[in-house]
Amino acid sequence: MVPVDYYIALSAILFIIGSLGMLIRRNPLIIFMSVELMLNAANLAFVAFARSFEIAHGKPLFSGQIFVFFVIAVAAAEVAVGLSLIVEIFKSRKNINIDELNSLKG
Amino acid sequence: MTSDLIVFLVLSLVAIATALGMLFSKNAVYSALFLVLNFVTVAVFYLLLGAPFIAMSQITVYAGAIMVLFLFVIMLLGAKNLPPTKTLPWQKPLAFTLAFVLAVESIYIIFARAQLDVTVTSPDALVNSMNSLRKMAEILFTDYLLPFEITSILLLVAMVGAIVLTTRQKKAG
Repeated sequence: MVPVDYYIALSAILFIIGSLGMLIRRNPLIIFMSVELMLNAANLAFVAFARSFEIAHGKPLFSGQIFVFFVIAVAAAEVAVGLSLIVEIFKSRKNINIDELNSLKG
Repeated sequence: MTSDLIVFLVLSLVAIATALGMLFSKNAVYSALFLVLNFVTVAVFYLLLGAPFIAMSQITVYAGAIMVLFLFVIMLLGAKNLPPTKTLPWQKPLAFTLAFVLAVESIYIIFARAQLDVTVTSPDALVNSMNSLRKMAEILFTDYLLPFEITSILLLVAMVGAIVLTTRQKKAG
């Protein structure tokens, strides 16, 4: 018996840690990991709400879980493209510090 | 204190600790490994919430595929620390302050204003939630068929995009 608030609070805390990571870290790989953490926190909230609806209405409601499945697929696509962009930037500049990446021109 | 609550509290401590470890590790490899542990604890949360399929896809896709890709890129780029550069001096305190304000606001809204009077229990037996997988598959392939197919196209586009991005220089040279 866990109140659903606790899951939502945990999700909020993980999301805030992710956003803090985006703000204070200078390594784009860590920033990407923070984005993954934030997506994960949102997924946790989705599944917690799906479960609470299932308990409140007596029958399972799968829309929340299916949405999480789509979010995982989109995250996989995003990571593939984003990491290949980082590798490409590193190849052309030998440096991936985001403070020095201030122009789009290769 | 029911056993559910104890499991939840212990796992949430692990989840928050690994998230903070990811954030403050100097070495990018340690960050990635902390994040793998975080994903696994979140997968256990999904099992507690009666979503075994999501838990398994979390482990295979996130903890398996995505983090292996991350580790691969970290190895490729070198795991050495980035040299400190002249950053905005007020940025870190401002970021911590804003994150703290956001945390206080969201905790206040969740506990004082939202009035979510539902307690969630974990399913009695994992077998029951496994049986509901068939139902979920039916819904995924009827009501959500179009988004499912669009997702497959999205993954194809991402794959082509990654290949095009990383082979561009060879053709030019």
